[in-house]
Amino acid sequence: MAKPRYVALTTGVPVFLLLCYALLPWLWMVLSSFRPESDLTQSPIAIMPSTLTLANHIQLLARTSFASSLRDSIIVASSSVVIGLAMAVPAAYAFSRFRFAGRRALQIQFLVINMFPVVMLILPIFVILRALNLLDTYLALIMGHATFTLPFAIWMLTSYINGIPQELDQASMLDGATRLQAMLLVVLPLAAPGIVAVGLYLFLTSWNEYLFALMLTGRNVRPVTVALQMFIGENQVSWGLLMAGGTVVSIPATVFFLFAQKHLVGGLTGGAVKG
Amino acid sequence: MKRSATPLLMLAPALTATGILVFFPVLNTLWLSLHNVVLFRPKSQPFVGLANYVEALHSQAFWDSLGRSVVWVVGSVSLQFLIGLGVALLLNRDFRMRGLVRAIIVVPWALPSVIIGLVWTWMLDFNFGILNQIGVAFGLLDEPVAWLAQSGTAMAAVMAAIVWQGFPFFAITLLAGLQSIPHDLYEGAEIDGANAWYTFVYVTVPGLLPVMVTALLLRMIWVANSLDLILVMTGGGPGTSTQTLPLHAFLTAWSGGNYGSGAALSTLLTLILLSVITIYVVRGQVDG
Repeated sequence: MAKPRYVALTTGVPVFLLLCYALLPWLWMVLSSFRPESDLTQSPIAIMPSTLTLANHIQLLARTSFASSLRDSIIVASSSVVIGLAMAVPAAYAFSRFRFAGRRALQIQFLVINMFPVVMLILPIFVILRALNLLDTYLALIMGHATFTLPFAIWMLTSYINGIPQELDQASMLDGATRLQAMLLVVLPLAAPGIVAVGLYLFLTSWNEYLFALMLTGRNVRPVTVALQMFIGENQVSWGLLMAGGTVVSIPATVFFLFAQKHLVGGLTGGAVKG
Repeated sequence: MKRSATPLLMLAPALTATGILVFFPVLNTLWLSLHNVVLFRPKSQPFVGLANYVEALHSQAFWDSLGRSVVWVVGSVSLQFLIGLGVALLLNRDFRMRGLVRAIIVVPWALPSVIIGLVWTWMLDFNFGILNQIGVAFGLLDEPVAWLAQSGTAMAAVMAAIVWQGFPFFAITLLAGLQSIPHDLYEGAEIDGANAWYTFVYVTVPGLLPVMVTALLLRMIWVANSLDLILVMTGGGPGTSTQTLPLHAFLTAWSGGNYGSGAALSTLLTLILLSVITIYVVRGQVDG
């Protein structure tokens, strides 16, 4: 039995330092967003704020186009979830329930996608979408995000559906259900926790994404990650607006991870553990 | 017959999407890399064979950016690995609120790269950066440093940001690995009278090795391909001091308008990564 004081020293102190390292940079941004602009343009900066204010957030939402960017990001991220799941769920079901020629090759094919550097793909994608007149539309970005998260979504859902006994599908099909009904009415409800976890992951990935958003959008559609860069001017940086925007943009990441992390963490890192 | 058609129908949407947005672009990039394609001359795209590759391999910019990529990947991945390993060992102990701590430390990993860049640009700012102020106050720095505006410090500054982003990945992955090491191995070591260091070297490390190697490989590929954080924080500058290979390829094609050369550069990057993966897979098969 270790002495309590010894434990406080060898575990408590490192844990405290760890929390500081993990949280303080982000908290410093959040705190800065609530400080008046005069605080943020004072050098050297004071650690304690002079007052706390919502001025930056109000200016961000009322005086800039950030609100419409928020709407764009919400539309793109939610649609990526819907389209991504619509493609991934049947694919995962097929991989889980059928043994067919080329199954292994197709599974590997989906993993290979992850290996190509984005920089290798982005230019042709830009050219294709320009030819199809789809640049600067919701659809372009939604399809981009939904497709590039497919490998992960299919892989996670396949292992999840593998955990649901096949006898359930077979029993319902003996009772007269079609394959589609078996999938939609029997397997999907049981796979709901896995589907929710993958859905959250898809939302977060799309919401956080920058390079596609930068390349494929323009005046009409401008997700928050791209919009934030607008506040960095040629000569001047509006730190107050940037900090407020950064705080708003980081809401999904912090909320999802603090409240649903059990589901998400397993998924995000499971690939490495399994290998 | 019906048995074999059903799964393919179910896979059709996913296959179509990846065909259009992944495999066609890959082939298109390969095609571009063999042609002289420039933005301002869209009509004339002569076949030039491997000229773009030869030109890349003869250019100082390619080797310089490759060198910076090696520094970027090896430096930042080893740091995030070491911090992550330390955190995993810490979280593997039993203490109150361990679950909460585990949840909190994942936040940097979940944040968008744009925000990570923003957070660190703000902290490292020459005039208003808190880190400069702390450094000066504690006597670590004589005066504030313009971390991101000097070619000597910019790479280190961006690496600090990606280390912060990536350490939770290693922490959580290695923690899961640690928890899968059978408990009796530790008991056995204790009975044999092994001290903490010997237990770590002879029980923990071997048990953790497969997870370590896979996590390192995954993260290395990720970091080697990543350009959003660098793009947001420095855009490759000042000068070319943070221009890694993917960024060099991106800027050659995008800002330079030279699609052929950019395509050749990104194909070279893919080939380099592919050879790393192949070595890993082949070695894994020999070992396993």
